[in-house]
Amino acid sequence: MVELATPQAAAKFRSEVKPTWCPGCGDFGVLNSLQTACATLNINPKDLAVVSGIGCSSNLSGFMKSYGMHTLHGRGVAVAQGIRLGNHGLTVVSAGGDGDGYGIGVGHFIHAMRRNINVTYIVMNNQIYGLTTGQASPTTAKDHKTKSTPGGNLENALNPLGLALMAGASFVARGFSGDSQGLSDIMTKAIAHRGFSLVDILSPCVTYNKLNTYAWFRERVYKLDEKGHDATNIEAALNACLDWEQRIGLGVLYQVPRPTYEEQDPSLSEFGPLVNHKLGLADEDWKAVIQEFV
Amino acid sequence: MAIKSATLWIGGAAGDGIASTGDILARTFSRTGLHLFAHNSYQSVIRGGHVLYQMHVGSEPVYSQGDKYDLLIALNQDTVDYHTKTANPLAGRGVIFNTDRVKLDPSLLPAGALAYGIPVGDLTAEFGRNPVMQNTVACGVVVFLLNLNWEIFENAIRSQFGKKKAEIGDLNVKMARKGWEYAKSKFQPIAGIELKGDGKARMLMTGNQAIALGSVAGGCAFYSAYPMTPASSIMHWLAPRAAKYGIVMKQCEDEIASINMAIGAGYAGVRAMTGTSGGGFSLMTEAMGLAGMTETPVVVAMVQRGGPSTGLPTKTEQADLFQVLGASQGEYPKAVIAPITVEDAYAGAILSLNIAEKYQMPVVLLSDLLLSEHMETVDPGAITNKVAIERGEILANVNGHGPYKRFKDTPSGVSPRAFPGVEGGQHIAASDEHDEDGILISDIFTNPSTRVKMVQKRFRKMDGALKELSAQSFVKEGPAQADLTLVGWGSTYKTLKSIRLALEKEGVKVNHLQFRVLWPFPAEGALKELQGAKKTLCVENNFSGQFAKLLRQETGYAFHAHIRKFDGEPFYFTPLLEKVKGVLKPGAPAVQHLVTAELDIPIKRVAVTA
Repeated sequence: MVELATPQAAAKFRSEVKPTWCPGCGDFGVLNSLQTACATLNINPKDLAVVSGIGCSSNLSGFMKSYGMHTLHGRGVAVAQGIRLGNHGLTVVSAGGDGDGYGIGVGHFIHAMRRNINVTYIVMNNQIYGLTTGQASPTTAKDHKTKSTPGGNLENALNPLGLALMAGASFVARGFSGDSQGLSDIMTKAIAHRGFSLVDILSPCVTYNKLNTYAWFRERVYKLDEKGHDATNIEAALNACLDWEQRIGLGVLYQVPRPTYEEQDPSLSEFGPLVNHKLGLADEDWKAVIQEFV
Repeated sequence: MAIKSATLWIGGAAGDGIASTGDILARTFSRTGLHLFAHNSYQSVIRGGHVLYQMHVGSEPVYSQGDKYDLLIALNQDTVDYHTKTANPLAGRGVIFNTDRVKLDPSLLPAGALAYGIPVGDLTAEFGRNPVMQNTVACGVVVFLLNLNWEIFENAIRSQFGKKKAEIGDLNVKMARKGWEYAKSKFQPIAGIELKGDGKARMLMTGNQAIALGSVAGGCAFYSAYPMTPASSIMHWLAPRAAKYGIVMKQCEDEIASINMAIGAGYAGVRAMTGTSGGGFSLMTEAMGLAGMTETPVVVAMVQRGGPSTGLPTKTEQADLFQVLGASQGEYPKAVIAPITVEDAYAGAILSLNIAEKYQMPVVLLSDLLLSEHMETVDPGAITNKVAIERGEILANVNGHGPYKRFKDTPSGVSPRAFPGVEGGQHIAASDEHDEDGILISDIFTNPSTRVKMVQKRFRKMDGALKELSAQSFVKEGPAQADLTLVGWGSTYKTLKSIRLALEKEGVKVNHLQFRVLWPFPAEGALKELQGAKKTLCVENNFSGQFAKLLRQETGYAFHAHIRKFDGEPFYFTPLLEKVKGVLKPGAPAVQHLVTAELDIPIKRVAVTA
């Protein structure tokens, strides 16, 4: 467990906009933990970009005092990667919900992990579509009755952590918004990780999901590191990601060092952040390239 | 009197080495100081099918891919079967073919044209077997028949194979010489053709190469794309040069990611661009609106091909104008720039990057397969790296301006940008409607006055863009007053120019307007030109006359006549000239379609037994 920053230190990441979430929403805890993690890592708010998609949880970017973009449904991860490639001196966090990231944006999610651009992706997973008033999401449990599945969900829930491990993610973790300290700890590690990091957060929707409640999660969650989990072992991680009905492990499931995209692209590793590059073609480059055409 | 230009075709199947054969001849022409316009008609297959590479070369500028061929290199039997009849019916024109592989019935050739059979096997027995040998031998024959400079040709072969494959270069020179010597012993150079270069070594460039080069020279440092014909060659040109120039060329999982990444890079302060064709652009449209709403610069190189759906993946069309204009839900400022030549593709890329950053909005650089993939000679000095990179209002620090408002309501509508990393400039650029600070006004209770103010602020930028672009929105050539006014947009410029010049020679008073900025639409200037015109003819590569409709929508002016082509092939000079002359006659239909039926190829079917 890292030594976390104080709430006073975290407050500098708080924008003047009052969060619009329902009272009791799990996303309050996520926002707090993100601010705490950024303060713990001594990030300067001017060097932080928080990018979100669309949905209740994606409103998070507006509650942060930092740079950032509030983008399109499912596209936050793509925009976040662009920002990071544009300026790899920045800390880039992408935030969104399960519908945003595992439904409409699942393609970007998978490719971001194999690409390993240094972006921290926090998914507030409430197993429901909240902002559109309660339809089944990709992580809604089988047989769960929702507004769009009144006879019970006919589809199996997607396993985001399993997907992440198979897609080659270099950092995979699960947090719970009911465990503020633990979540801040995970987020600190995720942001500090070099490469793409996924933090799937159990973040209950108190309005539309009456199944996966705080109480439901509290009965099941346990700390992986207290059970001797080896986060460098892919098999142990795969086993842990299969947890759900009986027990749910919290913490870092998997973390391995792997070269980031930025480290491997010579235009970034040799020339520094793209935003600072000299624009246009120098005379000698121009002469050489024109010769190619003659 | 000898004709100072020639049309040369190379026909065969995909995989027959047509591109490299074409390149060797093209380089021979360009280094001789000749002018070239080359277009490749090809199919969406990697091996097989039918490919027809058409080169129009001249001592003076040439403006299209040419018409009937003067020489055809037929690499397979299909080519002979399909195209023998299309030879220019003049003395010495004809088909060059390998008598070992291909049979040609000379009675099918038009009068005057010849069968130039070459026994490739006998000529090259000493070199061993190599299926593409016939291409090189045929090139040697072409050099003899067109009386081209051997030394320049030999160097063109050697540069094709490069220093790494110098031995293969040597071998090909020997093979080509065999073809040249055989031709010398059996044939005569074509007396009716005189190709004389001016000695200036010209550049050879495609539209996509010009776009790629222009983007780099114009300061683009980030290009993201998903492969799609006919836009992919921008990516292919940038990829191997990216590390040298310190730019990022990022291939993405799809077009949605491509444009969203480019928007992210643009937000970070990098000049960013993406590229695609119509299908990919369909996927990008939602993000066009994101760029518009968040006022993030992005350039989309949109290279049209035949649609709808997968349509004609390797064919040309100008039928995505409405898609581009109507991209994304809602209303937002944008610009659409349609370059009219290869040089203009270079300039258009730079202009697009400048407009995108100055007005903080998405810009579509609208090309098509013809412009993007055809190859042309470009005069030395026609393009330079001395270009103005105009980035608009950017704040290196926000001090002294009061609290920073990213979307400040200004007289120009342009709000100075602060890039991430600038102290005190923190803000969220939001997809939802927002106020000057960037705070969402959508979720609690939309403030109607703020909404109206922000929409007006964003659209005020279009006034500036129109003012800046109107003087360069179209080119006008020919006399001020004319009996016929030709109107086109984008890639059809040179073909229409050649029609104007031909009619002028015949004593017809004709002028020509070619539009290169399609949005903001130069309504005032266009109307001024058209109002007094006697007869106006709009020529475009689509079915429904999208440009004519756009012009009518913006000016109330309706063209008198229309010639449209949507068969996948570009306009050909002679058939278009005939049609245009028809328009001048009384009683001509208002809308006419053109088809290049000479290129109809039967579908090959296999026998199926029950």
